[in-house]
Amino acid sequence: MSRKDWGIFLGTMLLIGIFPWLVKPFKAVSHYIDIMVFAGIFTLISIGLSMLMGYAGQISMAQAAFFGIGAYTSGILTTRFGLNPWLVMPAGMLLAAVVAWLLGIPALRLKGHYLAMATLGFGVIVHIVLSEEVNWTGGPSGMADIPSLTIAGARLTSEIAYYYLVWAAVFLVLLFCFLVLHSRVGRALRAIHEEQTAAEAMGVPTARLKVQVFVLSAVLAALAGSFYTHYVTFLNPGSFNLMWSIRFMLMVMVGGMQSLWGALLGTVLMTFVGNEWLQVFADFEILAYGAILLVVALFLPRGLVSLISQGFGSRKVRPSLADGSS
Amino acid sequence: MTGTITDSSAPILELHDIRMQFGGITALKGLSYDVPLGIIQAVIGPNGAGKTTLFHCISGLHQPTSGRILFEKRQISGQPPHRIAGSGISRTFQHVALFKSMTVIENIMVGRHCRTHSGFWATGLRFPGMRTEERQIQEKAASHLEFVGLEDAAHLQAGTLPLGKQKILEMARALATDPRLILLDEPAGGLNMRETEELGELIQRICQSGVTVMLVEHDMNLVMEVSDRILVLHYGEFLAAGPPGEIKDRPEVIEAYLGEQ
Repeated sequence: MSRKDWGIFLGTMLLIGIFPWLVKPFKAVSHYIDIMVFAGIFTLISIGLSMLMGYAGQISMAQAAFFGIGAYTSGILTTRFGLNPWLVMPAGMLLAAVVAWLLGIPALRLKGHYLAMATLGFGVIVHIVLSEEVNWTGGPSGMADIPSLTIAGARLTSEIAYYYLVWAAVFLVLLFCFLVLHSRVGRALRAIHEEQTAAEAMGVPTARLKVQVFVLSAVLAALAGSFYTHYVTFLNPGSFNLMWSIRFMLMVMVGGMQSLWGALLGTVLMTFVGNEWLQVFADFEILAYGAILLVVALFLPRGLVSLISQGFGSRKVRPSLADGSS
Repeated sequence: MTGTITDSSAPILELHDIRMQFGGITALKGLSYDVPLGIIQAVIGPNGAGKTTLFHCISGLHQPTSGRILFEKRQISGQPPHRIAGSGISRTFQHVALFKSMTVIENIMVGRHCRTHSGFWATGLRFPGMRTEERQIQEKAASHLEFVGLEDAAHLQAGTLPLGKQKILEMARALATDPRLILLDEPAGGLNMRETEELGELIQRICQSGVTVMLVEHDMNLVMEVSDRILVLHYGEFLAAGPPGEIKDRPEVIEAYLGEQ
């Protein structure tokens, strides 16, 4: 990672760190913190989705399903078997990884958007299972009394504690993904995205890499699901349907697919928009999302981060030229 | 129908009765040929002779309908392209296929993929072995850049280079995979005379560095100048093979190019 990337990384971390103090003067502090907890949880999903869409060039319509797999695995294992929430977190991630791997192997060996179709079907199936397996999931009426996370015996029930926990996880995941992208694996992914045939002829195993990225995105969604479960302590299938998968995609697209910062920015923005302003549309919410998607696709195909990086554009070109002539 | 190869060295690549059919069209009609080790082997023929199809079959982008391809005595037909690249065959493309928005050096670094190993965990957690590997990738890429003379452009976006340099960059990227056989598909297409001359020198230097070169090219001056052997294809079939001086006077070759007299 370059010095500029580290600068942005630390700057964003600082901003997130002092956010609770920034909103303190306003009345509804806990309300904003609450939204930011969800934004952080969703960012975990959109980071994975951004790797998948922006770098591996594949679309998944099942991120809400993997989110649900993580959430329900945590929910079921902690309430029915009384297991420690921290211990079962990896279980959800592992289950999501196995499922994504099984789904990805046939779908990603083919060129084209077969993954989108396969995941579309899978997402619907998961939602049906969550609604119908009443004995395990509680069905449409959901599942309550899920324990909170504890750290050293203290239960994490306050928004502010959970806020720092979730965002710490976000920055760890971001760091991991940045390091992956700024390396052999990241270069191969970008190569696949630009010229798949040439990448293959240069020795890049495209199908295997795509499956790996898909598995990574599923694991991150499952991790988000576990955090979600222990925060809201109540689950119902409505949070894991196709509409949510589309929302996650929209978050990534609004921010900018080919940038993890875009995923973060888009997710925070869309979470606020969805919670604060789109409520007035009620049932027509989906129309509002459609309109946003249309505007972004037409006028900002590279997302909001492209607006921001344009501001730094002149600075970006010069050092690379200087490097070239040295 | 093997060509009249009198070369004593063992072939690096053996084509056994390669057939390639696309629906009703047969692009290669049972081609057999041995490419000798360590030479510059040109493949020529009129448009539609099956030259690019042959390259696609060798590099694994097409699976031949029937027939076997042996590279260093081992069968490679039927393997996916990335495996074939791993076994030591690399290529360039007729229509430049660079990773355009990546920098010049990054393009070459992708070529090192099949010779390196770090995966998600190693790169995401920055294992010590991965750092060493990354440094080696960079050094290797820089040395290939220097070999083709593009070191000044290292950090420019590949897509912004003029066509001539893009073609050279493709060759550097292919060389970065440490091939023992490199397939160059019309490297001189779209180049001016001076660029073509430099290209000829580069191809000879590649061969001298121990890499067998297969060259599909329409620029006959270049072909005659650099190649040690020429294989002539006509409508997907073997027409003639031999050293350049001999090939250009063969009546069947002249006929294929100029039509019946």
